[in-house]
Amino acid sequence: MWDQEIRVMGSCHAILAASILLATGLPAVLVPGFSVYGTHLVWIYSVSATVTGVSAAVFWLFGITPPAKKHTVGYKLSRLFRSCLYFFLSCLFFHTVLVLYGAPLIDSALETFSLAVLLTSLTTLRCLCVLGPNIQAWIRVFSRHGAMSVWDTCLQFTVACSLVGAWLGAFPIPLDWDRPWQVWPVSCSFGATFGFLTGLFAAPTWIHYHRKQLTYKCK
Amino acid sequence: MKWFPVLSLLFWMCAVYITGIYLFVGGFLLVRLEVNRTSSCLDALYPGQELERDFCRGQPRFRKAVLLIIDALKIDFARFDPNNTSPRPYENKLPVLDETLSAKPSHSRLYPFRADPPTTTMQRIKGFTTGSLPTFIDVGNNFASSAILEDNLIQQLGQVGKRVVFMGDDTWENLYPKRFHRSLPFPSFNVKDLHTVDNGILQNIYTTLEGDDWDVLVAHFLGVDHCGHRFGPDHPAMADKLTQMDGVIRSVIRRLQNDTLLVVMGDHGMTDTGDHGGESQKETDAAIFIYSPSPLFQQPQNQLEPEVVPQTDLVPTLALLLGIPIPYSSVGQVLLPLFPPHGQSAVGALSQQEALWINAKQVNRFLETYSSMAKDIPPETLSLLRAQFSHLSSEYITAHQKGLLSSPQLTASLQAYLTSVRDTCRATWAKFNPFKMAAGLVILALACATCLLLSELSLTFIRENGALKSSCIAVMLTGVCVAIAQLLAWGYVEVPWCVAGAALSSELLFIWKAYRTRTVTKTGLKKSASCLSVPKLLTPAVLILLLRCASLLSDSYVIAEGRVITFLVFSLAFYIPVYLNWHGYLLPQIYDSPKPSALLSSPALPPSVVRKEVSTLMASLALVIGSLFLSLFFHGCREEQGLCQPSQFLSPLSRMQDDKLKNLHYILSVSALALYTFLLRSWMRNYGNLNASSITVFTANWILPLSSISLGLHWAVSGTPEDSFKNLSELIGLAQLALPRAAYCLLTAGLLLIWLDPLTVFIKSKTSTQNRLASRLPPRYRASIGISPQAELHHLIPQIYQQMRQSLDDGELSGAGEEDGRPAVEAYGLGTVYSAPLLLFCGMLGIGLLLLHPEGMALAFLLVLLEMGAVLYIHASHCLHKHNMKYSGFNVPWTPVVLWALAATQFFHATGHLPTFPSIQWGAAFVGFPDGHTGTVLPASLVILNTFASYILLAVSCPLLLLWPLVCEVRYSRGERACGDEVEDAVMEIRLRESPQQFSSALLQLSARYLFVHGAQVFASVCAAAILRRHLMVWKVFAPKLMFEASAFIVTSLSMLLGVTFVLRIDSAVTQWFKRLVPDASR
Ligand SMILES: [Zn+2]
Ligand SMILES: [Zn+2]
Repeated sequence: MWDQEIRVMGSCHAILAASILLATGLPAVLVPGFSVYGTHLVWIYSVSATVTGVSAAVFWLFGITPPAKKHTVGYKLSRLFRSCLYFFLSCLFFHTVLVLYGAPLIDSALETFSLAVLLTSLTTLRCLCVLGPNIQAWIRVFSRHGAMSVWDTCLQFTVACSLVGAWLGAFPIPLDWDRPWQVWPVSCSFGATFGFLTGLFAAPTWIHYHRKQLTYKCK
Repeated sequence: MKWFPVLSLLFWMCAVYITGIYLFVGGFLLVRLEVNRTSSCLDALYPGQELERDFCRGQPRFRKAVLLIIDALKIDFARFDPNNTSPRPYENKLPVLDETLSAKPSHSRLYPFRADPPTTTMQRIKGFTTGSLPTFIDVGNNFASSAILEDNLIQQLGQVGKRVVFMGDDTWENLYPKRFHRSLPFPSFNVKDLHTVDNGILQNIYTTLEGDDWDVLVAHFLGVDHCGHRFGPDHPAMADKLTQMDGVIRSVIRRLQNDTLLVVMGDHGMTDTGDHGGESQKETDAAIFIYSPSPLFQQPQNQLEPEVVPQTDLVPTLALLLGIPIPYSSVGQVLLPLFPPHGQSAVGALSQQEALWINAKQVNRFLETYSSMAKDIPPETLSLLRAQFSHLSSEYITAHQKGLLSSPQLTASLQAYLTSVRDTCRATWAKFNPFKMAAGLVILALACATCLLLSELSLTFIRENGALKSSCIAVMLTGVCVAIAQLLAWGYVEVPWCVAGAALSSELLFIWKAYRTRTVTKTGLKKSASCLSVPKLLTPAVLILLLRCASLLSDSYVIAEGRVITFLVFSLAFYIPVYLNWHGYLLPQIYDSPKPSALLSSPALPPSVVRKEVSTLMASLALVIGSLFLSLFFHGCREEQGLCQPSQFLSPLSRMQDDKLKNLHYILSVSALALYTFLLRSWMRNYGNLNASSITVFTANWILPLSSISLGLHWAVSGTPEDSFKNLSELIGLAQLALPRAAYCLLTAGLLLIWLDPLTVFIKSKTSTQNRLASRLPPRYRASIGISPQAELHHLIPQIYQQMRQSLDDGELSGAGEEDGRPAVEAYGLGTVYSAPLLLFCGMLGIGLLLLHPEGMALAFLLVLLEMGAVLYIHASHCLHKHNMKYSGFNVPWTPVVLWALAATQFFHATGHLPTFPSIQWGAAFVGFPDGHTGTVLPASLVILNTFASYILLAVSCPLLLLWPLVCEVRYSRGERACGDEVEDAVMEIRLRESPQQFSSALLQLSARYLFVHGAQVFASVCAAAILRRHLMVWKVFAPKLMFEASAFIVTSLSMLLGVTFVLRIDSAVTQWFKRLVPDASR
């Protein structure tokens, strides 16, 4: 059972990672004048959209997303609507946090917001996919005894890695090297993406090696 | 409470740190006094005493001079090796020099030109125009601006009416503002720009040369230096740049007239990586090329040719060749080959001996003046030099009378004298002392380790108590031993080394002792309670501290320090809720999952309490984040930050033009001040500290508001435009003097009064029935909540003092409280007996420090208060959560301490300060003293108080971190009481008296941790200065940062000692109060 879950997770993450690489590579072929530094916002949107779409699809296909309690169309619609709302609110939340961390308030609001969208699609979206639109559960997951399944542990990993990656990405910005990737928010979005990829890789690996110690309570 | 070990250990720790700083700074920063005298044409420096003729009227050897300064022109760049078939990019690129040298040997010379460290452009320009050896700190009267006031070539040239035209590096324009006949400065800051300065010069230099409105032309090219910084010397770009310079020299030589002297020189060299600043030969050896269209030298090169020309020698040489007096503070020696031997000279030109004699007299005069001002030249050397000079002068005068001036012996001895003077000065001013620097580094590193050990083993050291006597003796012995060794070896004593030996030995002794106690505890008691372990230390807080220290090693991070520190503090603040959530404290335990043992041991809290606490915690967190964000709006700007706009609140009201804006700012500031005062007082009222009739309460009730009011009035008066109330001008002047002085007096009086009687406890005694039985009960303190209706009315928290400690207890104490539920003595405000006076003390201190700042900073000070409060609440609830409402051991974890210490730096920036000298707010010295001062101590201390205000405030209030969880206990106990649990009553800070040993050890630990956080930062900036002493930015960024960090540390440690002493003072007052109370209650 463990092996199967880990295998599912591994393949799921491989698809996600591949889609991110594709989202970076494909526009370079299709869109003239595309470069990761030069048209950075396009890159961010391409990656965010891909991650959003692919994760939603993959999680739904593999059946990890918690099944709806009621099967009425109205309930499903309201769930969808709430998910979208949370997605948007989370973008605003990340935007605020970025501004508090010292991002320019007015000058490059679009860049900041794009980064917030990227962060949301890397973190909040996954929460939405794994836990559904339930903030209490989100908060619960990020505690020591809060994880209730392999996917919860995996969620902890990817979210922490993405956020730490974005945080580390801010470090080269003040240096006076004048490199293109030091421009706001290039290094941060790189950091977040690399962190996410690391999380995708690290979570199944860690779970694999610690499967003996892991015990989950049933929901 | 053991006050002696706490204070003495802390004092010793501070002393060791300061010794380390002192040693390092003594080896790194060299200080020289500036002599503010100028030479004039009438100085009797001419050879022969009888000839009192005007020095400047003679016919000079040259009428004009061209100075081409090629920044960082290393001697290797200028040499030409025809046999080198595959030259590197920087080799053989200046063939013009070699061609000229071989074609016209009597017209030209090329020498290595040795610079004195620090080899940075600004210091070098200063060096080869004043002829002195500039150090990092030239103590003169122009500390705030960079203009040179010392006597120099440019000034002397101007005095005799020569027109100096300058073009190139704009450093010159800053050093000599408005001194040039014409100047074309170009920005030098951007190292990446290789061409702006050079092309700017090239567009103008040839037309200027061909024109006739100049006598001395100075052109400073920067391309080679910038190319070195950007690419290093071994790069094709360097070849292009040097080839361009070759063309420039060729064109200039073609355009020279017969009476013009050309000097091509570099100000310093560069290392293989293209940097400079230090003292290695690659950095110091520049090139100097001298050329004149008319014959200048005796050919061939004779034995008088120097191998290396020191950079100071340019000044006297140029001065005498151009016929101007040698600048007063020059210690250079004329370049003899440029002067003809006696008897062969043309009319009016000086011969070698004459030039040397003028030079020697000038140098001797400077030496006399300098040694009368400063005492840093060793007296033995000084008397030796004096004797040498008097001998020389008699010899010269006899030779002059006999007309035997060409004796080579005299020349040699004159040269020897000049060389020894220069060497003496160089030994005093212009050398890093690597041994002292290394000793300082070692002492500081060990001090950090010791401080860490002290904080981890504080309880052991408090228990041992008598450990200090032996170490004191050892330290004294070592100091004396070092002194004796010095006496035997060198014959004199250098105090720094004695202190260093003492500090080092005490540290080693301490570490050894700590190691021994550790092994004893391990083997003897099998208990590793107080053991130091590395993984335990690797918390995010320490990680943030490490990042902060690492950031001090990069110039970009130091320049952006304000933002960086806010970022780090914000990260740490954000870590707290994540941490709490991770441990499950944030959500009420709705689902019952298996809890860890620590949580199981105690009953879970009801969800309502948890929710309330979480909302308080979140509100505090929001407050911290909000004040962090808002504090960014109060920052100043460094000159390196190009697009930065300094905060509007930094400019004083009197300088503001717009009336509406002025009123708005005034209202904002006054309301911030009012809120500040109100918050302090309402906190004290809330905890029942304003009921007593003691002096401290009087201070809180009257002196605090009064001083705020006088501060507000002072701002109003100083903000009034001078011309608006003409007939009231006298009154305004009086008010400007009286109001701040009144505030000073009030605050000083208030602080003294709090110190004298820090208790804020109000006792309400009741006649109690005697009950001897109750006294048999184990002694314990109780606080009841809301017994007296009057107390309820005033939101007081009455603290019930029921029984004394057994030692004080005569067995006659009243235990009535046990019977009728009413205590014998109600003491209001006993629960906050420590924190209330400390808070009041800090609040008054804050108002005093605010007085020295511009008005707008009231908002920043309010933010300090809010952030402090919020951090305290977060820390308290964190602590109580962790210990599940029972706070014992009183240990303060690293996170709040690091937060507290970093907040000091954060508010250093948020009160408009920067670690640069031009940003010091000198205006602080004139608050209350609008007409200036007579002494220097008072203004200096006012400026120091202004600059390090945030450090002082946070260091003094540091013990609050220890007290606050106890203060907050009552909130929780109320909640618990509500749910009907039978728990021990909250006794708040009185609990500290139950375990005095733990109190002392916790206080010691907290202070040691706080010292460690600051000490680690000092160590990091010391390392930065030591490692990066060759960095381009060392004198602009790292050295000032080191100075500020070191001064901040000294101020912090003194303030922290003050704070700790104050807590001990309160403790002794409480003890006395109890003693007084016991007979009362038992009677
Ligand atoms: Zn230079
Ligand atoms: Zn340079």
